[in-house]
Amino acid sequence: MTTLIEAEHLTRYYGKHCAVNDVSFTLAKGEVLGFLGANGAGKTTTMQMLCGNLAPSAGQITINGFDLLDQPKAAKRNLGYLPDTPPLYKELSVQEFLLYCARLHGVAKSSVTDAINRTKERCGLTEVAERLIVNLSKGFQQRVGIAQAILHNPEVIVLDEPTVGLDPIQIREIRTLIRELGQDHGVILSTHILTEVQESCSHVQIIHQGQLILNETIAGLNRQMDTGTLQITTRLVPDINSLLTLPGISSIETMSENRIKIHHSVIANPAEQIAEHIITAGWGLQELTPIKRSMEDIFISLTKEHREL
Amino acid sequence: MSLILTIASREFRTLFLSPMAWTILAILQFILAFLFLTQVEAFTSLQPKLASIEGAPGLTDIIVPPLFGNAAIILLLVTPLMTMRLICEERRNKTLSLLLSAPVSTIDIILGKYVGILGLMLLIIALITLMPLSLLGGGELDLGKLFANILALLLLVTAFTAIGLFMSCIAGHPTVAAMSTFGVLLLLWILDWTSGLTDQRSELFEYLSILRHFQNIQSGLISSVDVSYFLLFITTFIALSIRSLDNERLQK
Repeated sequence: MTTLIEAEHLTRYYGKHCAVNDVSFTLAKGEVLGFLGANGAGKTTTMQMLCGNLAPSAGQITINGFDLLDQPKAAKRNLGYLPDTPPLYKELSVQEFLLYCARLHGVAKSSVTDAINRTKERCGLTEVAERLIVNLSKGFQQRVGIAQAILHNPEVIVLDEPTVGLDPIQIREIRTLIRELGQDHGVILSTHILTEVQESCSHVQIIHQGQLILNETIAGLNRQMDTGTLQITTRLVPDINSLLTLPGISSIETMSENRIKIHHSVIANPAEQIAEHIITAGWGLQELTPIKRSMEDIFISLTKEHREL
Repeated sequence: MSLILTIASREFRTLFLSPMAWTILAILQFILAFLFLTQVEAFTSLQPKLASIEGAPGLTDIIVPPLFGNAAIILLLVTPLMTMRLICEERRNKTLSLLLSAPVSTIDIILGKYVGILGLMLLIIALITLMPLSLLGGGELDLGKLFANILALLLLVTAFTAIGLFMSCIAGHPTVAAMSTFGVLLLLWILDWTSGLTDQRSELFEYLSILRHFQNIQSGLISSVDVSYFLLFITTFIALSIRSLDNERLQK
């Protein structure tokens, strides 16, 4: 697999404030990398550095083999970028704007029309092509922003919160588009919507206070998420110590007197033994519900852990 | 090179998509036409007297330099308004990142913007030149002197634009850019007024004064000192603009 982006030890200071601290990662062809983080975590700063809008205080970025600092033109030719605010000249029509972008990115004269038509179709802009961008709704403006980023068929596509301001149907379309793009490009997208990552990404990174705290494939993350949790309600107060002796149970959390949460490993599901144990002890089993950890939980627990450190 | 032209043509076209360029062209043309006609009027009333004087100033001398001089002062007021948006507005509308993440160098961006706005300036100068040229229908013009005036105004306006571009690079708001451009231009314009007040003349101030160089060329004396003053001026501010845009990536 070809490596498209190599970011090494990226660091960025704003004055004394450190926005991004020693972030390293790679992106290969065919990967869709989700960049997760709370507001102000450093997502946008990292993306701006990747796209040459911001110089890193330290570190190195290589795009498709070209160093962003030494060969900026060659590196940027392989790059499509949608910033958090789509960069649109609102007084132009969609067609004019895309034509300008095509020229700016050095698309060959003979293939300009093809490239524009293909992109308009992909982003659903064919019908609004002759309208002025200023008159388009926010969702359509966002699509024009995405169109601008994929127009010149770059190897690397960087999308900063691409689904902001879109309605649910458009969001689904854009997610499908991103998955499609991910097949023969490398895509990085930043978001704070977790389901978006689950749906459209192959890899996920969580950034918190400028530091990378998780770098996993979605499959790996799902495995992490499957750390089982059972919620149990009993009529009488259960004896936690005796429950802990059962095999496969890693920890028990007491929610209230009659309600507990049991964390267990996925391989050995101890639900049956627990139920038997409670019934033999006569505590009166009222509820036994498996709880699936959502990505939200992982995100929150990871960022919390980090804060405590 | 083609990138510079791409950026320039978008800049130029955008000017005409808003009422901005049209308004400026219309108002400038109206005011200057009025001044031009007053000058023609003055000439016709003076003509009988002038005929009797040996070596009296001719049609070109009486009409062209005042017209171009007035145009220069009006452009001193108008240029800041036209250049203020160049980089500043792109930054505020976040469209600058489109240029910064495209395979375009900072030099291309700055030169493209500069050439684009100069297109409008050339149009203005062309429209001004048409006025004295219309006199060719009924009289004779000293075309050499007319050319000197066109050259003087051209150099002056390209210098104005270069300062405006630089101010637009460093200012956070278009109004600030316009005000600072206007301030610098006016200062450079009045710099050699001090030489009239005191007995000691400051040679440095006299050299820096943009008005003096403009008038020198306008009088028909195209010397390399004056031309190189303008060229130096333009290069300096273009270079500063490029540097300032480069710095955009380093700090924010």
